[in-house]
Amino acid sequence: MKYLLLLPLALLLTACGTDGPDGYSTLAGIDYQTLWFLVVGAVFTGYAILDGFDLGAGAWHLFFRKEESRRIALNAVGPVWDGNEVWLVIGGGTLFAGFPMVYATLFSAMYVPFMLFLFALIFRAVSIEFRGKEPMQWWRNMWDVSYSVSSALLAVLLGVVLGNVLQGMPLDANYEHSGDWLAFFNPYAFLVGLTSLALFMMHGAIYLTMKTEGRLFAKVNRLLQRSIIAFVILFVLLTFYTLLYIPHLSDGFKARPWLFIVPVLAVMAIANIPRLVTKQKYLSAFIFSAITVGLLLITVAIELYPTIIIDSSGRGNDITVYNGVASNKSLGIMLVFVAVGVPLVISYTVFVYKTFWGKVRLDEHSY
Amino acid sequence: MDVDVEILARIQFAFTIAFHYIYPPLSIGLGLLMVIMEGLYLKTGNKIYETMCRFWTKIFALTFGIGVATGIVMEFEFGTNWATYSRYVGDIFGSALAAEGIFAFALESGFLGILLFGWNRVCSRVHFIATLGVFLGSAFSAVWITVANSWQQTPAGYKIVGEGLQAKAEIVDFWAMVFNPSSIDRMLHVWIGAFLAGAFLVLSVHAYYLIRGRYVELSQKAFKIALVVATVFSLSQLFTGHRSAEYVAEYQPAKLAAMEGHFDEEGPADLYILGWVDKESQTTTGISVPGGLGFLLEQDFDAPVTGLNAFPEEDRPGQVNAVFQFYHLMVAIGMTLIGLTLLACFFWSRGTLFDRKWFLWIFVWAVALPQMANQFGWFSAEMGRQPWVVYGHLRTSDALSQVVTANQVLFSLIGFSIIYLLLAALFFYILNKKIKKGPYDESDVDDRPLQEGIAEAIT
Ligand code: HDD
Ligand code: HEM
Ligand code: HEM
Repeated sequence: MKYLLLLPLALLLTACGTDGPDGYSTLAGIDYQTLWFLVVGAVFTGYAILDGFDLGAGAWHLFFRKEESRRIALNAVGPVWDGNEVWLVIGGGTLFAGFPMVYATLFSAMYVPFMLFLFALIFRAVSIEFRGKEPMQWWRNMWDVSYSVSSALLAVLLGVVLGNVLQGMPLDANYEHSGDWLAFFNPYAFLVGLTSLALFMMHGAIYLTMKTEGRLFAKVNRLLQRSIIAFVILFVLLTFYTLLYIPHLSDGFKARPWLFIVPVLAVMAIANIPRLVTKQKYLSAFIFSAITVGLLLITVAIELYPTIIIDSSGRGNDITVYNGVASNKSLGIMLVFVAVGVPLVISYTVFVYKTFWGKVRLDEHSY
Repeated sequence: MDVDVEILARIQFAFTIAFHYIYPPLSIGLGLLMVIMEGLYLKTGNKIYETMCRFWTKIFALTFGIGVATGIVMEFEFGTNWATYSRYVGDIFGSALAAEGIFAFALESGFLGILLFGWNRVCSRVHFIATLGVFLGSAFSAVWITVANSWQQTPAGYKIVGEGLQAKAEIVDFWAMVFNPSSIDRMLHVWIGAFLAGAFLVLSVHAYYLIRGRYVELSQKAFKIALVVATVFSLSQLFTGHRSAEYVAEYQPAKLAAMEGHFDEEGPADLYILGWVDKESQTTTGISVPGGLGFLLEQDFDAPVTGLNAFPEEDRPGQVNAVFQFYHLMVAIGMTLIGLTLLACFFWSRGTLFDRKWFLWIFVWAVALPQMANQFGWFSAEMGRQPWVVYGHLRTSDALSQVVTANQVLFSLIGFSIIYLLLAALFFYILNKKIKKGPYDESDVDDRPLQEGIAEAIT
């Protein structure tokens, strides 16, 4: 509830916007377009941190063999996964609202990956819902497979989308995609996809260590160590690949070298995780893996800004925060929405996590 | 090839939204009933209301889950299939969708965890607040999306900037956009439609138990609660529906003409109860009240009403007969619901509500009626709006994604068809099972008193 106190402050802030040069207002020296870029980025970061751990936990699901273990793993995310997914819904909404051009171009260009994403999302939700409804072994195994595969697929597809946004795509004068959709399934995108999967699985495993006990806990711990190694290897590969083949991405850092602190911090956060895990400080490890996810996405944001979708055809039809944006009026109104809404969302999210804090206890309401 | 993409995309949109729209109305309606049941429990302390509420919470979880899974599809579909439309309305539509996410969905899913899993973890008052939160969240979820749809139907508070593919609508007056001419009436109409869908599901299940002689006391109570809700809202739906018809006549005269199969502007304008429209010969045949349409709209039996011929061919809805039929079926169902609930209330006042098996059987099957009215209502509203997506500004054929090919849409359409068929089958299977199991499922027995007893014995 104390987060509600932020409300008047936020309102005050939004009320004192001033006019900038291009007809768009500024707030505390930042123009609305940039501010809204930060909002969209923050929401997607929130999504990656929150849904990241339950997608990761889902991807591990088939590694647990016993019925009891699977139920515990499922119920560890049971009360929260739906709330986590809402961040995706809000992310889609804020992107649509703030940068309609990006939403339209990106989603129609990547039609096939997004449809696969939707199919996986449905299967995942349905598996969680239906798994426990019948006692038969084949029934439960079927939903276990569907739950685990769709969770992993979602993590990979999120990476594929991100990978393509990083590489850019050919755009025409109407800012429409002018290439072949099969080109979206390229090695770089898959590498980003696998790295996201490894990151989420590490993040999810840390979450599960906090929710499990006994033999299951020991198993999760073993898996966790393997996923840390896998993630670090993929991360190093990805970094070199990016530096060698996608040089335009370092432009943002060349312009403002001090921002280089962000990726450095990200690497430090990653290095900190195995240390905390060995010391059995799982909550801190979880916080650091969340920070890792956040810092990596901030790095992405710095690499892109002020462009959001890079025109890779060389015709210069980039979609930026300045040409793909909604009207000043609309942004102003939505900033108020965010200022009022986000403290509310955070306050009940915290309440839910508090209510279900601690190790999983199965009762008659569990999945 | 363009035509193919357009038709496929329209079929896909209609199919996915129609499927989505089976579930949210149930969630909204059941939410209301759960609040009433749990409220009665808090007030009276009678365990039977708690059992009732727990039972419906489980069914709610089912409808809610499918509502969420199919809703995210809708949100992405605007970008994937209707990119030009998304650029055009982003300023307006986007903000409504964002508001929906921030204010409604988050509230709903935040409290849902507590509603479903929190029975043993929080006290009964906090639990009631969670139930209320989920209900309000789901009712709000309907607000913003309905506002956005209403804006498409009767745009207000905007200006158009740019040209060709770059043209777009920008907000000028936010509140004028939110309270555009059709939003309030449409909102009420949609909400009430949802309450009816929920109430009739409760009526249906408990009527079935009563026929089978199971859970008699609980079912009688639940039936009566739902009957009150159903009666009140069946009657109010007539008024909100009438208001809807009035604004349609004012702002979308071509749609109203299609709904009534009305071609030439002449008074008196007839009001059809049943009929068939032949677009070629421009005739409508059927049973009608002479001059009734003019009377309803202008309170004058001789008043002329604008006909379809007043509009250029390319600005008229294509499927006149379909619009006419969907609309009339919805109204016919609305009248049936009023008759049914009033009759039930009459039997109740006589103390013979539960004496007639055949009457209870009607209620068992009546669960389909509000669902059908909801679907038919949207179909007539949306097909009557054609050929426009944004009324008077953007045509459906111009709203498509330019880069998406027919094969891609075909692929996704087949995908959705298979997945949704599976979903529907699972939904009915599990629903049926839960109903068979009933409210007193063994695994449900509240073991708190027992545990407390043990704790006492130990200390
Ligand atoms: C339980 C559901 C239900 C019931 C019983 C009724 N309706 Fe309805 N109707 C809807 C559910 C609905 C809806 C699904 O909610 C629609 C679709 C779009 C909308 O605004 O509401 C709708 C649309 C709709 C429209 C078109 C609005 C537009 O084009 O924007 C009219 C004129 C009416 N209705 C009129 C009526 C009348 C006269 C009824 C008689 C009792 C009636 N409805 C019963
Ligand atoms: C094209 C239009 C629509 C879009 C884009 C859309 C979008 C969505 C999304 C993204 C969700 C999932 C939210 C979550 O994760 O919790 C959802 C669920 C929901 N939607 Fe829709 N929706 C549409 C139409 C409607 C309509 C017309 C109504 C009601 C009148 C409605 C009411 C709800 C409700 C109540 C839920 C919560 C789940 C449930 O109760 O079943 N939606 N919708
Ligand atoms: C929930 C119940 C709804 C149903 C059953 C429904 C039904 C339909 C149908 C049948 C079509 C195709 C019309 C045709 O071309 O023949 C359509 C189109 C469309 N509807 Fe709805 N609709 C619903 C709600 C909504 C809502 C809430 C929105 C937006 C807020 C919306 C926006 C659209 C759009 C953008 C199209 C595509 C373009 C078009 O064909 O007009 N619809 N809908």
